[in-house]
Amino acid sequence: MFAKNVLFAAVVLLGTAYLATKVIPNPEKVANDFDNSTDVESLRAVAVRIDNAFDSNWRERGIQSAHFAEPLQVARRLSLGLTGTIPSLEEIRKFEKISTDDQIDWWVNYLLSDDRFHDYAAERLARAFVGTENGPFILYRRRRFVSWLSDQLKENRPYDQLARHIISDSGLWTDTPSVNYYTVTVSDDTKGQPDPIRLAARTTRAFLGLRIDCLQCHDDALGTMELGTPDAIRTGTQADFHQLAAGFTSVRQTAAGLQETREENDYKFTFLDEVSEEKVPFKVPFQQELLPEVGTRRERLATWMTNPQNKAFSRAIVNRVWAMMFGKSLVDPIDDIPLFGERPPGMDLLADDFIQNGYDLRRLIRIIAQTKAFRMAPVAEFEFTDQHESSFAVFPKTLLRPEQVVGAVVQASSLSTIDDDSNVFQKLIKFGDINEFITRYGDSGEDEFRTRGGTIQQKNIMMNGKVVGERTTANDLLLNAASQINAFAQDDQLAIEMIFLTILTRRPTDVEADFLGSLFSETASHSGEQMDDEHSGFDRKSIVEDVMWTLFNKEEFQKNH
Amino acid sequence: MCNNSILNDPSCGTADHQNRRTLLKMAGLGGLSWLTPISQALAIDAERNQRKPTAKSVIILWLNGAASQLETFDPHPGTDIAAESKARPTAVKGLQLGEGLEQTADLMNDISLVRSLTSKEGDHERAVYNIKTGFRPDPTLVHPSIGSVVCHQLENVDKGKIDIPRHVSILADRGAGRGGYLGDQYDAFKMYDPKNPLPDLQKRVKQDRFDRRLNALEFLEQNDPFKQPKEKKFKFGDPNTQAALRMMSSDQLKAFDISEVPVGIQREFGDTPFGRGCLTALRLIQSGVRCVEVTLSGWDSHVNNHALQAGRIEILDPAFAALVRNLKMQDLFEDTIVLCGSEFGRTPEMNPAGGRDHWPHGFSMALAGGGIAGGRVVGETSPTPKLDPKNREQDLKNVRKVEDIHATVLNALGIDFQQELDTPVGRPMIISKGQVIKELLV
Repeated sequence: MFAKNVLFAAVVLLGTAYLATKVIPNPEKVANDFDNSTDVESLRAVAVRIDNAFDSNWRERGIQSAHFAEPLQVARRLSLGLTGTIPSLEEIRKFEKISTDDQIDWWVNYLLSDDRFHDYAAERLARAFVGTENGPFILYRRRRFVSWLSDQLKENRPYDQLARHIISDSGLWTDTPSVNYYTVTVSDDTKGQPDPIRLAARTTRAFLGLRIDCLQCHDDALGTMELGTPDAIRTGTQADFHQLAAGFTSVRQTAAGLQETREENDYKFTFLDEVSEEKVPFKVPFQQELLPEVGTRRERLATWMTNPQNKAFSRAIVNRVWAMMFGKSLVDPIDDIPLFGERPPGMDLLADDFIQNGYDLRRLIRIIAQTKAFRMAPVAEFEFTDQHESSFAVFPKTLLRPEQVVGAVVQASSLSTIDDDSNVFQKLIKFGDINEFITRYGDSGEDEFRTRGGTIQQKNIMMNGKVVGERTTANDLLLNAASQINAFAQDDQLAIEMIFLTILTRRPTDVEADFLGSLFSETASHSGEQMDDEHSGFDRKSIVEDVMWTLFNKEEFQKNH
Repeated sequence: MCNNSILNDPSCGTADHQNRRTLLKMAGLGGLSWLTPISQALAIDAERNQRKPTAKSVIILWLNGAASQLETFDPHPGTDIAAESKARPTAVKGLQLGEGLEQTADLMNDISLVRSLTSKEGDHERAVYNIKTGFRPDPTLVHPSIGSVVCHQLENVDKGKIDIPRHVSILADRGAGRGGYLGDQYDAFKMYDPKNPLPDLQKRVKQDRFDRRLNALEFLEQNDPFKQPKEKKFKFGDPNTQAALRMMSSDQLKAFDISEVPVGIQREFGDTPFGRGCLTALRLIQSGVRCVEVTLSGWDSHVNNHALQAGRIEILDPAFAALVRNLKMQDLFEDTIVLCGSEFGRTPEMNPAGGRDHWPHGFSMALAGGGIAGGRVVGETSPTPKLDPKNREQDLKNVRKVEDIHATVLNALGIDFQQELDTPVGRPMIISKGQVIKELLV
């Protein structure tokens, strides 16, 4: 028994000593091992054009822009946007060893190659493609679909190919997970078959950034839905919707999975003010000339959708990726991008580059990360308004989504990085905590990029809930950030700095450090007193816990900025 | 397949875009702009025909998973579709309820039934959304649940009077009422079995340490380097933190604590989480809470329907009856509407596994209190349905839609349910497209 205890103590000591070397600051700058390839120059060239577009837009509107954010702040928003969590102290130390000019590029590449990105981005895309509902029992496997998306992102599958698979694949929902796009729409109402109505609406929103749902029932009477061509813009009609829906009727759900039917099923519909059903031909709502003549309806639709001249397809994903990274889409609502007329600066430049460079999602992300808009500070020397934030002249502060809040809390309670390389124990705790937290905090659902205001219950959860409570309580085994900071930080100022970096990904200002330093000083004045227990409130460990709690409850922690 | 009948369906939104007020606005834009303010005023005035409120609060007993109407509120004993399930008489002559609803049956002079509800949603999640919001799921918009609408509309009346959430959901997880386009602040406060302390309200440290934490929080918020002066108007960063703190120390929290209720009354509701939820709902309404939803899950009887339904009825009956009795005893019955129902009903025909499947083509909901008359039955389902998929309604009399329940409840609360609210993107959206079920009113 004694030997076992000694062995355990030795393992803990070795582990903590190893960790300490990674999280205690090392003033020596290390050689930069980041390969700053010529590729980066090409990205920067595009970013500069986007910057110019934003500059002229701000100038025209008389909007002053903010200064650049600190690199660590940019790193934080990248982590939140691409992995749903914040950088660990271990990662911050690595980040700070990279030369300043290359830090962000290095960080983006680091995140893009991490499975946390593949899984996180897959879930974001899945919400757009299939929503969050459980769908029909047996026929629908959402987790298989998300996992398949994650694999595609890991392989960096061109986005047009990914979309073509989703629209035109056939097979079993388990073996060919992409077909879950169809099986999620199966219901008793559609007699066990995929629902062309829901598929038409979903496809236009998710892949084309267009909301034509209302055309299901009536022509556009308000003149807000423009279709047609740039030379002949027209308002949308009920026929536009149903002709597109007709593209989804050549597929049947069978015991062998989703199958293309040999004969094309007729799509019939009784239009408003008509008395009888009529056969509706398959057509697309705009750029009909790009629709190929050959192939199954779904193949033709997929080819039309991903034709390089169909820019709506690229704009839709540009807007979604932008929203992931900023917490706010370039065009709002995220799936309502006008086909014609003026669009926000950067939108078409990004879409064109995306098309010209093989629909490469990683390149798109890397370019956005290079832009001035993405690197703006969330604060300015001048008084700014909502207009500054909505035009991205000041980085827009947005409330973190539930999965980001808990992801950040879980990460901030450990000094080392919690990722796929973490131990099983740590991953299990993370999984359980996250699920429980999101259930209580409230999932954002499908429309996750809408503006939200937060709830009282969420504040209760942050102040008194289990996840924050347990993860800010120091323990004797040095298993969490509170105990490790208490143990490793040689002085109080270093402890404060470590807490700030771990939770807010920045160093404290002098004012903040002085104030919190005074709390630590109180422990010294009470050090000679008899304590009834170690959590009497005036020991150093308690102060560490209190400061961590305070930062978790600070609005700054609960926002992307 | 979609057809023109969908135009009567609120999810489409045809009328939502094109109702009178919207069209009058359009007329103004079309050259009659001098008329617009008058037109709008007239339009609004014409639409504001709501009656004097007869209710102040709503309690929803949510039978999650879909109760079978044939074994609960709409039995057809002795017919093929009953499949040997039995019924029992009630206090109202000629009105029967499913076997097991003994206590509820005795109170039917105070409870009314709608037996002809229909919807187009046969999937649980979509149907839950449909019933709770009165709209079919619309991917472009999240509609608020009925409790959220009530809290939104009566916000000014409640201001400063109540520290605890005005919208509470007991025993629900994902299905709890949401604020939708009105905002997260109208989401239901979620709680579990009331026998346990309310989650997340107990401080995890002693008061002196908690005070130190709050002092530090206030200092750091007021000295936040990323905030403009105008963003520092709230002591602790945002108003929700202050409201959460107010709630933590409010005397009104006692409403959540049923341990002080005499044991005899606790027993009346049943020693179950649902029973305790109903008792808590009663106490919350007493404290001024506007909407409480209590969930009883486990009704999804695709297999072994009769036994499963009977097990749930055993829990529902004492709780529902005790709630009505106690509301009456405490003079709260006239101020409180109680709804009891599910996302849809269950098939008249049994499946080979002895189960009943999903059935949105004629299901029931019970209503009581708050200006709703007792002992009435609206609508009827056929004891020998033809079950023709092309003509479902031939098996029903006096068909009522889900949104009619919303209109009836909101009307009782004095809420102008035909008014349009602006969504965050400026899209005008009517609160409810339903029609008041006048046969239910006192």
